[in-house]
Amino acid sequence: MTEWRGERQARDARIAAGRIHAAGKIVPATAAVDLLEAILRPGDRVCLEGDNQKQADCLARALSACDPEKIHDLHMVQSGIVLPEHLDVFETGIARRLDYSYSGPQGARIARMLYGGQIELGAVHTYLELFARYFVDLTPNVALIAGVSADRDGNLYTGPNTEDTPTVVEATAFKNGVVVAQVNEIVETVPRVDIPGDRIDFVVKADRPFYVEPLFTRDPAAMTETQILIAMMAIKGIYAEYGIRRLNHGIGFGTAAIELLLPTYGEKLGLKGKIATHWALNPHPTLIPAIESGWVKQVHCFGSEVGMDRYIRERPDIFFTGADGSLRSNRAFCQTAGLYACDMFIGATLQIDLMGHSSTITQSRVAGFGGAPNMGSDPHGRRHPTDAWMKAGREGQIVGDPALMRGRKLVVQLVETFGDKLVPTFVETLDALELARKIGLELAPVMIYADDVTHIVTEEGIANLLLCRDADEREQAIRGVAGYTEVGRGRDRAKVEALRARGVIRRPEDLGIEPLDADRALLAAKSIKDLVHWSGGLYEPPARFRNW
Amino acid sequence: MESLTFRHTTKTPLPGTQPSAVTGVVASGNLEVLLERVLPPDACEVAIDTPIAGYGDVWAAVVADFVARAQPGGIRISINDGGARPDTVSLRLLQGARLMEA
Repeated sequence: MTEWRGERQARDARIAAGRIHAAGKIVPATAAVDLLEAILRPGDRVCLEGDNQKQADCLARALSACDPEKIHDLHMVQSGIVLPEHLDVFETGIARRLDYSYSGPQGARIARMLYGGQIELGAVHTYLELFARYFVDLTPNVALIAGVSADRDGNLYTGPNTEDTPTVVEATAFKNGVVVAQVNEIVETVPRVDIPGDRIDFVVKADRPFYVEPLFTRDPAAMTETQILIAMMAIKGIYAEYGIRRLNHGIGFGTAAIELLLPTYGEKLGLKGKIATHWALNPHPTLIPAIESGWVKQVHCFGSEVGMDRYIRERPDIFFTGADGSLRSNRAFCQTAGLYACDMFIGATLQIDLMGHSSTITQSRVAGFGGAPNMGSDPHGRRHPTDAWMKAGREGQIVGDPALMRGRKLVVQLVETFGDKLVPTFVETLDALELARKIGLELAPVMIYADDVTHIVTEEGIANLLLCRDADEREQAIRGVAGYTEVGRGRDRAKVEALRARGVIRRPEDLGIEPLDADRALLAAKSIKDLVHWSGGLYEPPARFRNW
Repeated sequence: MESLTFRHTTKTPLPGTQPSAVTGVVASGNLEVLLERVLPPDACEVAIDTPIAGYGDVWAAVVADFVARAQPGGIRISINDGGARPDTVSLRLLQGARLMEA
């Protein structure tokens, strides 16, 4: 006879084994290791919630303290490799295989471990792609998640950093998996129910509040004239040109500079209300001046940002908030919004090759991709027109019936020609290809493919790749904005000038921008303290950004 | 430490009468530029002290582009580099030329 309930019985057995260490669903932090050893089996697929920002750190420490004799060969499926413990488990043999998205803070160590063969890598995913696989072929057996508080029934309040939690729980709880939540406190009644209690099997009262990485705070004091110049060109040459209202920004200084120029330079150009009104964006502190000046209509967030909670509570017309008043973020929905409902993604990268392929993977760092490959791709499933989308479609169309033309999402790479320590951003060959060869990956980890990139903006100018008609034009357009890098100096000057005459390349002077006007005086806020003032004291920056 | 000197001939002298100007600061990733109006009106000399060796051809390209653009005839320029990126160097040179034209 066919067994239809094998997974369910296995799940029940795991929960029964775990209950020994719990009072009802509640488990003290001191018993977390015992709980995990009771519910985990060798070879399990485990989602340890490491998001872009929120970290299930108490459970991560407990997992890394498990006995590798009992718990080994786990297959970790998690979006973020952020904490040291996320990699420690691969050194002890507790975990063996990894499928993930983002590894910014651990980029150097994960590179060493990949080269050293300590991690068996499945793939570096985009967030939506990994979430999708949670429901198809990477469904977790056990999910270890994080929330702010829970009641005794397991009803969970995630706080403003809801992030990946609903997606992880959905995939695990409804497919015979076990869900363990760590919370900062057990309460009588949670402020709002982000995850219903019947999806949570165990609640661990953490020994200390979960860690949140302040990933989206860019100190205006560190912004350079070059970044301001690039931001001016982007606003005038792309935002205004295409009338970009719905957009997503990356996390770099260039896009933060754009946010700070909207109420000053953007205002002077008369663009208020015409650009940058609707956002899929984390609550960037540098967006505060634009919000306070009435530029921004609404913002949906992937996660929150440290210090922004009080400000968000007082701006519910702008942000998505719950009945309790705090932010409700959701990475899966916001990624979907960024993919389908935004007309532009603009962000930085570490390397761009001669065709426009880009990657954040270098010889010594494997930072992963996070959301960029979704945001930075043209979704062929889109079926609603906007002026910006249609204009880009017209520019890119070479052949075919104009009546059947579809639009194009703008995917803009905003880079300085040289990065830290004079490392060139423009290269002949991406380091990602070398990584793929060394560790035997079938697919080279490219962040944004050339055929999705529409514009590259550097301090030297804007290259509009939509207007390039063949590979040679494309290469010269990229060389033509690559500055003094080897790639830039290797340009064919005559061809670059011809591209400039056609408007494929536009220099600051072609846009009516004087590079010497790129002054820090243009920034709506010149320091973190200025941002606090703009917010009326509601923004509470983390200690490391308080330098006054 | 590497020292480089580039000499160019310009079509015109740099406008203005400012005898000298300083812009920028010696700091990591930045540079200090001293400009002096002490040369014949069609001559420009740029002397560079940089802590990072091996970028001579990049400096040559940056200086040549600056001279072509600003035509800084009569000006001797001394650069005290703190490891600035080429775009920062270009910007400081143009800022310096503008100060001399005042």
